[in-house]
Amino acid sequence: MVGQALFILTAGITLLMALGVVLARNLFHAALFLVGAFFGIAVLFILLEAEFLGAAQIIIYIGAIATLIVFAIMLSRHVMGKEAGAYNRNWYFALAGVVFFFLLLGWLLIKMPFNLVTAEVPADAIAQIGQGFVGHYVVPFEVASVLLLVALIGAIMLARER
Amino acid sequence: MNVSDIIRLLSPELILLITGFVVIGVDLARRREDEGRTAAAVAVVGLILAALAAIFLYFSSPNQIVFYTMAIDLYGLFFKVAAFIGVALVIIASVNYMAGRSKFLGEFYALLVFAALAISVLVSATNLILIYIGIEFLSITSYILTGFLRGNERSEEAAIKYFLYGASAGAILLFGMSLLFGLTGTTDLAAVGKALEAGGDMHWLGLVALVLVLAGLGYKASLVPFHQWAPDTYDGAPTPISAFLSTASKAAGFAIVGRVFLVAFSDFHPEWTQVLAAIAVLTMFLGNLTALKQKSVKRMLAYSSIGQAGYILLGLVAVSNDPTFGGVNGLMIYLFGYIFTNVGAFLLLLPIEKKSGGSTDMEQFDGLATRAPGLALLMSLFLISLAGIPPTAGFIGKFYVFASVINQRMIVLGALAAVNTVIAAFYYLNVIRHMYFAESAVEGGVTVGRGLMTVLAINAIMVLAIGIFAQFFMTWVNSSLALVTASGF
Repeated sequence: MVGQALFILTAGITLLMALGVVLARNLFHAALFLVGAFFGIAVLFILLEAEFLGAAQIIIYIGAIATLIVFAIMLSRHVMGKEAGAYNRNWYFALAGVVFFFLLLGWLLIKMPFNLVTAEVPADAIAQIGQGFVGHYVVPFEVASVLLLVALIGAIMLARER
Repeated sequence: MNVSDIIRLLSPELILLITGFVVIGVDLARRREDEGRTAAAVAVVGLILAALAAIFLYFSSPNQIVFYTMAIDLYGLFFKVAAFIGVALVIIASVNYMAGRSKFLGEFYALLVFAALAISVLVSATNLILIYIGIEFLSITSYILTGFLRGNERSEEAAIKYFLYGASAGAILLFGMSLLFGLTGTTDLAAVGKALEAGGDMHWLGLVALVLVLAGLGYKASLVPFHQWAPDTYDGAPTPISAFLSTASKAAGFAIVGRVFLVAFSDFHPEWTQVLAAIAVLTMFLGNLTALKQKSVKRMLAYSSIGQAGYILLGLVAVSNDPTFGGVNGLMIYLFGYIFTNVGAFLLLLPIEKKSGGSTDMEQFDGLATRAPGLALLMSLFLISLAGIPPTAGFIGKFYVFASVINQRMIVLGALAAVNTVIAAFYYLNVIRHMYFAESAVEGGVTVGRGLMTVLAINAIMVLAIGIFAQFFMTWVNSSLALVTASGF
């Protein structure tokens, strides 16, 4: 019961934050709302007993990505403090599409008999994640490292003075 | 499986990985002297070695999974060989074009090698996680290559559009994958397929997941309505990169759509046939009708390449067990021929752009037959192949794809495809008309470098060879249909 209430509270706050990201007219405010949304998702992970994911969410998304976004906005002065609407003349099409998709998906998800895993979370869950990285998922893990190298090369190339 | 087996089965990927690093190193040492020529040479040698390794593997007929997530099968190896050849041709043709346009030539060739590595991983992936990482790897490499001409507004615009669209498509793909994982409790394609077959109640949600995954993967193959990035990106990117994006990268998109649908969604075959048929019709009509109106040949080729994606998709719509017209073999021979045809057509724009200072408008082609008869002849060959007229590769591809469609009794679909061929022939032949019958507004011949000439010659020979010795190539394609359908875990 307490878990349910906590979940609804957290999910509600996360949704409000996410709406703020989309609707805020000031880019800097949108970035701050994004931090809130990331934090809400981290809390959701912790409520689901996925502490590792919760911690990773905070370290990576709030610690690295959101900070970087804020830096990027502050460094590009002509964006800082400017108001920019998130609307264009197609917004009602987008709204209709989103509402339709939400209703469809919500209906299907409620109808669907998911095979829920009811077993306890194993005590060594983090160790198992680590073993997954060097076991079943070693190729994706290694490919991701080459991907990061390529992204690094690209970032340096794009950011260097001509 | 011992270490030597693993090294043997992953040899194409390992060779490319090492090549990528060596190219960067070589470039550091020789950057000033030769404008990236050594780096390009190393990259091409690496790609040829990787292609040879893949062919060598092909003859040992492997049909197994390495490290739980990569299927080394004939289907994947076919696409690897085709993509490596395509990337190597693009690199050779880039040498003169890129020299002087960018300071980061070594990185350019290294990124192309890494793009080949991404394709190589992607076409073998049998796990949703590896598919996602492979798609992102290929996409991020492509964004950088598209925006490589710093200071060129159109190149930068092309990269930004591609990036924004690709990032959204990636999110949609992940959403679809998360639904699949929720439904089946696994990320392995074969296991997903089994679970979807077993559970009756998951049908509708499975269908939503299918559409979302198709949207995420279909954008790589520039299928309508996930194509919006394609015209501006093909048009604005450095021309060799347009050639790469519209061929090797697109082939990888089709390869992984094919693998996911044939292995994971095999139970949904009746549904996806209809979804894909609708998408194929939209793609053909939108691509071809818009191409009709274009004034620039590069932009026309960009839209034509969307239209071509529609024909190629027909192969997957008409998939069956028929040994001659099975659909998938049509898709594969079409893509194989299309790589040579479209790389040739895009690269032929290089000397025209050089002469005109960037423009590829129809007027630049006026009277090309008298100014540069060889180039005009080659361009005609590539355009005839794109239009699907014998004796070219394009004809063989269209023949097998359309025959599969008719063989499946999809008469309306076949008729719509035929209508599109006629529309397309109009704008392809219009360029030939400009080259042979229009008065030239531009004076003087067109010069072509030795590297580019070699590439164009190889493309032309392959386009004709596939058209004339179709039987030989079809035997190869027909023996390459083996897909791993076992679970990796």
